Amino acid sequence: MNSRTPPGPIEKRWENTKFEMKLVNPANKRKYNILVVGSGLAGGSAAATLAELGYNVKCFCFQDSPRRAHSIAAQGGINAAKNYQNDGDSIYRLFYDTVKGGDFRARESNVYRLAQISVNIIDQAVAQGVPFAREYGGTLANRSFGGAQVSRTFYARGQTGQQLLLGAYQALERQIDAGRVKMYPRTEMLDLIVIDGKARGIVTRNLVTGQIDIHIADAVILATGGYGNVFYLSTNAKGSNVTAGWRAYKRGAFFGNPCFTQIHPTCIPVSGDYQSKLTLMSESLRNDGRIWVPKKQGDTRKPQQIAETERDYYLERIYPSFGNLVPRDVASRAAKRMCDEGRGVGPTGLGVYLDFGAAIERLGKQSITERYGNLFEMYERITGESPYEVPMRIFPAVHYTMGGVWVDYHLMSTVPGLFVLGEANFSDHGANRLGASALMQGLADGYFVIPYTLGNYLASNPLEKITEAHPAAQAAKVEVDNRVKKLLSINGNRTVDSFHRELGKLMWDHCGMARNAKDLLDAAAKIRDLNAEFWQNVNVLGDAEDLNQSLEKAGRVADFLELGELMCIDAADRNESCGGHFREEHQTPEGEALRDDQHYAYAAAWEYKGDDHPAKLHKEQLYFEYVKPSQRSYK
Amino acid sequence: MRLTLNIWRQKSPVDKGRMVPYTLDNVSEHMSFLEMLDVLNEQLITKGEEPIAFDHDCREGICGSCGFVINGVAHGPRRGTTVCQLHMRSFNDNDELFLEPWRAAAFPVLKDLIVNRSSFDRIIGAGGYISAPTGSAPDGNAILVPKPESDMAMSAAGCIGCGACVAACPNASAALFTSAKIAHLGLLPQGQPERHSRALHMVAQAHEEGFGNCTNIGECEAVCPKGIQLENIARMNRDFLTGAVLYRDPQAEAGAG
Ligand SMILES: Cc1cc2nc3c(=O)[nH]c(=O)nc-3n(C[C@H](O)[C@H](O)[C@H](O)COP(=O)(O)OP(=O)(O)OC[C@H]3O[C@@H](n4cnc5c(N)ncnc54)[C@H](O)[C@@H]3O)c2cc1C
Ligand code: FES
Repeated sequence: MNSRTPPGPIEKRWENTKFEMKLVNPANKRKYNILVVGSGLAGGSAAATLAELGYNVKCFCFQDSPRRAHSIAAQGGINAAKNYQNDGDSIYRLFYDTVKGGDFRARESNVYRLAQISVNIIDQAVAQGVPFAREYGGTLANRSFGGAQVSRTFYARGQTGQQLLLGAYQALERQIDAGRVKMYPRTEMLDLIVIDGKARGIVTRNLVTGQIDIHIADAVILATGGYGNVFYLSTNAKGSNVTAGWRAYKRGAFFGNPCFTQIHPTCIPVSGDYQSKLTLMSESLRNDGRIWVPKKQGDTRKPQQIAETERDYYLERIYPSFGNLVPRDVASRAAKRMCDEGRGVGPTGLGVYLDFGAAIERLGKQSITERYGNLFEMYERITGESPYEVPMRIFPAVHYTMGGVWVDYHLMSTVPGLFVLGEANFSDHGANRLGASALMQGLADGYFVIPYTLGNYLASNPLEKITEAHPAAQAAKVEVDNRVKKLLSINGNRTVDSFHRELGKLMWDHCGMARNAKDLLDAAAKIRDLNAEFWQNVNVLGDAEDLNQSLEKAGRVADFLELGELMCIDAADRNESCGGHFREEHQTPEGEALRDDQHYAYAAAWEYKGDDHPAKLHKEQLYFEYVKPSQRSYK
Repeated sequence: MRLTLNIWRQKSPVDKGRMVPYTLDNVSEHMSFLEMLDVLNEQLITKGEEPIAFDHDCREGICGSCGFVINGVAHGPRRGTTVCQLHMRSFNDNDELFLEPWRAAAFPVLKDLIVNRSSFDRIIGAGGYISAPTGSAPDGNAILVPKPESDMAMSAAGCIGCGACVAACPNASAALFTSAKIAHLGLLPQGQPERHSRALHMVAQAHEEGFGNCTNIGECEAVCPKGIQLENIARMNRDFLTGAVLYRDPQAEAGAG
């Protein structure tokens, strides 16, 4: 695998690469047609910036407006190595923390670049009018977030993703108004067009009229977000899906580390089998909330009746130096262990307490309201309980996917001309993402990386002129059309959701917080059967030429079924534990993840070999020249 | 609990549409309103009937996708709450509910409870931004923003663009939506250079889209799930009037050299 990682001292690599890259003449830029699929932080920022540079851009999203991309839901904040707090932060420290936090499964060069760019993102967002929190003197405020020992997280109340996305969206709307971006909302990409080995376009379905179209271009950028919804229940928006990335995989783009999933420790527990999604309670709550379970098993008393001495503040006990702020994977697994021991709380026993009693006493209710009022309200709206009075109940939930389409240092996939940004790619976070780093990565990719690397690709690769009539484009369109018709013609006995729920349960039980080889391979086989049943027995009503939400869902679930199988295979193949990937066979005596750097210090990149052949594994060896691999310790 | 639901069914933008009654049993108080509709939809599909179409995505009250009128009130009975965050504990056994899409000329119905809100995007495109091309920004702390202004800007910026304000307004005015963006950007130092042209262009676009005038009725504020306040409209009017006096079209800039 050629990752095109530049040589030289790490702090010079991006600068040197930028200098060596070819440029496109300003007057020529408008002759290039670029497709940006996705309008979240990654896609929105990329589309706006490329249009500002003069490229001719088309941008697509499945929601009714680019402003509604799933990035809108991010709450806690965005990291940047500004060191405004003078507390010892630096680009190097952010780099170090990210490589270590990712449990040594990310590419050092990418992570360093991300840390370098982080500072520009904040400047850019401030200039756009993103209303970050401020100190009384008017300077930017920071907080420390999920596992960081410095305060480097910038935030806009509990709505950081919303405000950053609106900044990018407004920049995008400005370009749309100026005629430099043509926006296609309620439009879903259903296939990638590859001609002469290069990405040259996409096939889309208009979600209102059902019309299927070909869009030809000089390069295609996917910024289509994560695939956590393969688990059915996750904190992702209902529409989040893998279809764009999966179609690219089936057209030759390798899929990187599919099994690397992040399970977030602080979500509201499941309340019933009608449950449609899980709600995240921002991790920032762990700054002041204390996590505990009763010391006694099966203790069903109300939390108020359990005395201090009968409570086990297990994170503070096991990890005295990080306490409640240990990284997400560590916190999630610890919660699972407590519940497995029979000490979980709430009606299902699948929950732990997040208690603000001590913080309210120490800081006063007023300060707690200022910090978390909106989150407390949200919790109360959903559960009917007030966290001011009773401790919150939380449980881990699928939240983020570190895996995704494999990309090189230029963010280009193994299909030349296909670039992948944001959560949709596999880069930067290794086996575990630190809090407040996804927003940073999405915006780094879109505002500051792709504008350079795309130009270099276009300037170094003369492309033949093609039209929609090209046989490969027409063939892709026919395939999409047939698939839509097939889904509508099965007329079976089960709803799309029932398949999705069953898949989700298999994934959660066998490819979730704790995995083992036998169960993973069993699950892979069961998913394959479920997929076969889907194509025989799903019932999708309505028409193709219409707004048809069941049809949309059916296409996405069909792709999740295939992805789920690959995730299990990838997880079974990685005989080690690292970050969010915990294999029961590979743990330390204290139950911590046990990496195997000798055999598994690589990124797994899977190549599609046909529906009836196993995917082929390629390995991108990872080199750690700066941050020496060590067993992560948060004790 | 058991519910009677009268739901607006409309196959397409050209279809006339009508209310259709459904009954649903065993509704749990812990379900969200949309989960209740999911259950109804699963039952409909099993019976071979097309499910009810409604917009939704985050189900966390932040993306602004969801929204319809429940018994005459946009987003239903609970103040400050989108329908996706509304839970069935707000209702009682044997309640009869009427669900209708947003009604406004500028929000044509696409199907059932789904409307087309792209007019909102065009209002933003007309001026709801600060022109700050990527790479042109000074250091973040070079621009000091007093905390009170920053907090007020943030409150206005919390608008999720759901459209409830329009649906609730007897004039179908988009004043609350438009003014929230004008206030957010106009309160910040970064927003000053374009403050007046922004107000002029956004207000003009809202008119062009067919939204009505604001006559200070205040229904919008009452239904807004994010607590966006009427005072934003006063700010908008001030910026608009000042803009009308001060605004000049840009001059040509070419020059030899
Ligand atoms: C509840 C929650 C809270 C979070 N909080 C934080 C936080 O505090 N800090 C942090 O750093 N990260 C956070 N994250 C993670 C972060 O929000 C996401 O990783 C990030 O926003 C993803 O951005 P994106 O641009 O890659 O994708 P998205 O924002 O998911 O955008 C995907 C885009 O692709 C489009 N799309 C997808 N498929 C198709 C298709 N086939 N055709 C056409 N369009 C398509 C969608 O319409 C959308 O526009 C949070 C995540 C969640 C779920
Ligand atoms: S679904 Fe996002 S606000 Fe309701």
